[in-house]
Amino acid sequence: MISLSNVHKSYAMGSSKLHVLKGIDLHIGQGEFVSIMGSSGSGKSTLLNILGILDNYDEGAYHLNGKLIKNMSEKQAAQLRNEMLGFVFQSFNLISFKNAMENVALPLYYQGVNRKKRNKIALEYLDKMGLLPWANHLPSEMSGGQKQRVAIARSLISKPKIIFADEPTGALDSATSFEVMDILQDINKEGITLIIVTHEHDIAAMTQKIIRLHDGKIAEILENGELKDWKHQYKRELEIA
Amino acid sequence: MFDLDLWKEILSALKKNRLRSFMTAFGVFWGIFMLIVMSGAGRALENGVMDGLKAFATNSAFFWTEPTSKPYEGFQRGRRWNYKNKDIEYIRENVKDIQYLSPKLFGPETNSGDNTIRGKKTGAFNITGDYPDFYKIDPWTPIKGRLINEIDILHKRKVCIIGERVAEVMFEKEEDPIGEYLKINGVYFQVVGVVHPETRMNFNGNRKTESIMIPFSTMQQTYNMGDVVHFFAVTSVAGVPVSQVEARLKELLKARHHVAPDDVQAVGSFNIEVEWVKYQGLFSGIQILTWIVGIGTLLAGVIGVSNIMLVIIKERTQEIGIQRAIGATPGNVIMHIVAESVFLTVIAGYIGLSLGIGLLELANMALTSGTANPDDVFFKRPEVSFQMAVGALSVLVVSGVIAGLIPARRAVSIKPIDALRDEGI
Repeated sequence: MISLSNVHKSYAMGSSKLHVLKGIDLHIGQGEFVSIMGSSGSGKSTLLNILGILDNYDEGAYHLNGKLIKNMSEKQAAQLRNEMLGFVFQSFNLISFKNAMENVALPLYYQGVNRKKRNKIALEYLDKMGLLPWANHLPSEMSGGQKQRVAIARSLISKPKIIFADEPTGALDSATSFEVMDILQDINKEGITLIIVTHEHDIAAMTQKIIRLHDGKIAEILENGELKDWKHQYKRELEIA
Repeated sequence: MFDLDLWKEILSALKKNRLRSFMTAFGVFWGIFMLIVMSGAGRALENGVMDGLKAFATNSAFFWTEPTSKPYEGFQRGRRWNYKNKDIEYIRENVKDIQYLSPKLFGPETNSGDNTIRGKKTGAFNITGDYPDFYKIDPWTPIKGRLINEIDILHKRKVCIIGERVAEVMFEKEEDPIGEYLKINGVYFQVVGVVHPETRMNFNGNRKTESIMIPFSTMQQTYNMGDVVHFFAVTSVAGVPVSQVEARLKELLKARHHVAPDDVQAVGSFNIEVEWVKYQGLFSGIQILTWIVGIGTLLAGVIGVSNIMLVIIKERTQEIGIQRAIGATPGNVIMHIVAESVFLTVIAGYIGLSLGIGLLELANMALTSGTANPDDVFFKRPEVSFQMAVGALSVLVVSGVIAGLIPARRAVSIKPIDALRDEGI
């Protein structure tokens, strides 16, 4: 599904260059639930943006579904994002003057689906999230958890193959965080690949695979079976700290 | 294609910043309003002036005599002289490019007290002796009766045609002047026509409607004027500039009357063609100026729109980022911004256009319902042509697109990821 080989990325910071990703090799199969962890500045958001075709990379190769993603025009990238990928953000990124239903329906608008049809589909997805009564509310009238569920519904409506979530629980309290994670796990069970960036260990622990980034390189990859050990190790780390 | 979402977004974006949208739109509104009002006013001035001229033969020139300014062939300078009847024949035979030649006489004692009497009514009017050809140069329309004709000239009939004002003064309202007699400078003339002047061009200063015209030959004989001619009106044939005829005629007249060929004062003349060209230049100048100022004002308004769109895009960078993350193509984004800009410009422009035309209509109503004699008004029918309105609207749409394109290209040049990061937290 996703295959990265030796991907490099650097940002120009005035006259100097900031080398963020220093050769990433990564394979993520269909239906996996993966979390990317790492301290701030380790390049996890950059990696997610490259995976989500929101940003380009300097060196290496990125194959998405067997297709090489390189030097794409903005239009191609936008269409690919629209068809294949869904996004969930830390700050929800809902459009403030559109109500929940319209926000959810927006990706279908760019696919050219007519208004009646896309609003009907949007209501179905809101219903799945248990937000049907809130369909006509503006984002400002909803709680953080509700907003994130609207955002998830929006990412799902175009039936993507992969959903990227950048700190999806970062702005939520722990109870709401777990609710959101439950929803994400349910989505994963339907066969959609999920990739989340988080710095919370207990959130990461709810995924099947953890990729730990350190200083622009993959430090370790923990598979499902190792998670219990890892939790143990993590607790010990906490105690030492 | 009507895209409800696009319009909803545009309206909500504009509504969020009512004052700013209003001020921006006002710039465009004012530009187009000024353009329309100025152009209409310019046109009204043109109509007012040109209406008084346009019926007049524009290829005409007029000649009269002045005292000589140079001694010549034994005559001293300062000699007073006149054209003669023989000049008429001579000119007709020797100047080929003349279409109409109409000699004219000014009646004796004009403007020296009342010269016209009918029963107890008296009046002071301009009395002229004319040829029928004169009405081909300076048109008059008979309201009643007829104009002077060739038979009047031939038989030296004692008939006259009178201006509207003369009929008002000398006759009661219910009276028909035709067939009645007026005593003009002591001689009775029968009224055969009441006439209305088509132009405002005037040769002796008074109002044209206060004219009485009698046959040229009748005037010469009745008032003992001999073979004197006071004035020539001439038009050139089509394709020949009247200036050419004017120069040739002056030369001939000077030679026939012992006037020095280099005497520039002795033959007075006036060339309508030259004046006409001047007027036309003046009015096209006014129209050009109107467009320059109007377009300039409009441009300022459009730059305002562009500026505001830049600010709006800056504010909505994140929103644009979200849209692009979930699949909006750069084309979608550009389309949206340009549509918003065109919408603002066209709405504002349309209001400006409507109000401008409305104001012109009001002015027109005030002018036409006014009590002033319409012939004395130099400001008539303020109007803008349909082409002008369409032209202004196209300028608006094009400038709206340009005003939107600049910020839109900027918005698209920001990568979606940068736009998303612009969270302002």
